[in-house]
Amino acid sequence: MATLTEQIAGLRNSRVWRSVFRGGSGESNLHRSLAVQQNVFLHLASVKIRRRALDFSVTWYLGTLSLGCFLILVVTGILLMLYYHPSVPQAYADMKDLQFVVSAGVFLRNLHRWSAHAMVLLVFAHMFKVFYRGAYRPPREFNWVVGTILLMLTLFLSYTGYLLPWDQLAFWAITVGSNILSAVPVMGAKIRFLILGGNTVNANALLRFYVLHCVILPLVAVLFLAIHFWRIRKDGGLHTGDTATGVNQAEGNAGE
Amino acid sequence: MPDEVMKPDCGDTPCEGCSRRAFTRIGVGSMALAGAGSAVFGYEFLSPNALYEPSPIVNAGKPDRYPQGSLTPDPQNGIYIVHGPQGIYTLTAVCTHLGCLTAWKPELGIIACPCHGSKFNQDGVKIDGPAPRPLPWLKTSLDDDGNLIVDRSAPLERKEFVRV
Repeated sequence: MATLTEQIAGLRNSRVWRSVFRGGSGESNLHRSLAVQQNVFLHLASVKIRRRALDFSVTWYLGTLSLGCFLILVVTGILLMLYYHPSVPQAYADMKDLQFVVSAGVFLRNLHRWSAHAMVLLVFAHMFKVFYRGAYRPPREFNWVVGTILLMLTLFLSYTGYLLPWDQLAFWAITVGSNILSAVPVMGAKIRFLILGGNTVNANALLRFYVLHCVILPLVAVLFLAIHFWRIRKDGGLHTGDTATGVNQAEGNAGE
Repeated sequence: MPDEVMKPDCGDTPCEGCSRRAFTRIGVGSMALAGAGSAVFGYEFLSPNALYEPSPIVNAGKPDRYPQGSLTPDPQNGIYIVHGPQGIYTLTAVCTHLGCLTAWKPELGIIACPCHGSKFNQDGVKIDGPAPRPLPWLKTSLDDDGNLIVDRSAPLERKEFVRV
């Protein structure tokens, strides 16, 4: 009778397993490296990192927590879409149904809402942490720019989601926000017209905000998230503050 | 032969129309043209040609519904109908700051915006708050049946009254 460890080892060396995970099993660094490199999800991250980079004090895990919120928002958002019609006045009734009629609807809606609030907070905290630790300095300056784009995307996602309950708060917030938009010089009024799909916050505006919130902005956000994580590795891993400058640190990691 | 560079076969004529430079120029040029065309089409597609919005023309009924010295809010249409000493005029109820619907406060005799605290008097003149302009007066007239007609899309340059 083989022990559990032997059975697992046997499974991991089976033909089916090896067809999925080409690197195979093993204790060597090569095997461990291949396990990361040959996985589409893991390959964005580094094969090796400094132990110090995992310390809570370095990052407070703010970036990872932001990503966690984003994943919760994707899952709960897709589930909410199953009961929500982006039409006037059905949207408000659907939102109320999610609160009072749909099983676990109020849980999913509140999870979506609180994760959205938390994500905005965490993204800001993440940027402050990066700023005050100097982690935006070369060679990471481009990833700081990607981060500011992700901040904008987070805010646009929050703003477009704000209209969807179609209540008084939503209506007047988007009325005020779109009037702020029309303060853009020369083409402000035209931008407002295109975003709202009309002159007032109405059915067209609800549908446009819905498509932006559920399709366009999440896709763009995923693209920039992928660039953001990939650049962490390319820029020499997380900034741990162990070396005098970030440049030295990147050179030390250049072999990765 | 791997080292051999492939050259386009131009026969005896000099290789002008099929040089790498010409190819790049045509390629980049046609892509720029397609990009500009897509931008125009995209802009046109995103601009609705028909809007299913309420008409800016409001029929406010007979003038005798509005007694002398009264201010009548019509929040559904976003207007105030005022019957002052010189006649009837109409103010928009949409704040000039950021587009919120203002409210008439009869106990204070002012129009107040709930969003950012702008205050106006019965003539639409700003008393307080961030609003950049007074509340516009709207073109008001009597139709053939004697009904007050307000055109919300036509703010007046000068004060006009409907005398009744």
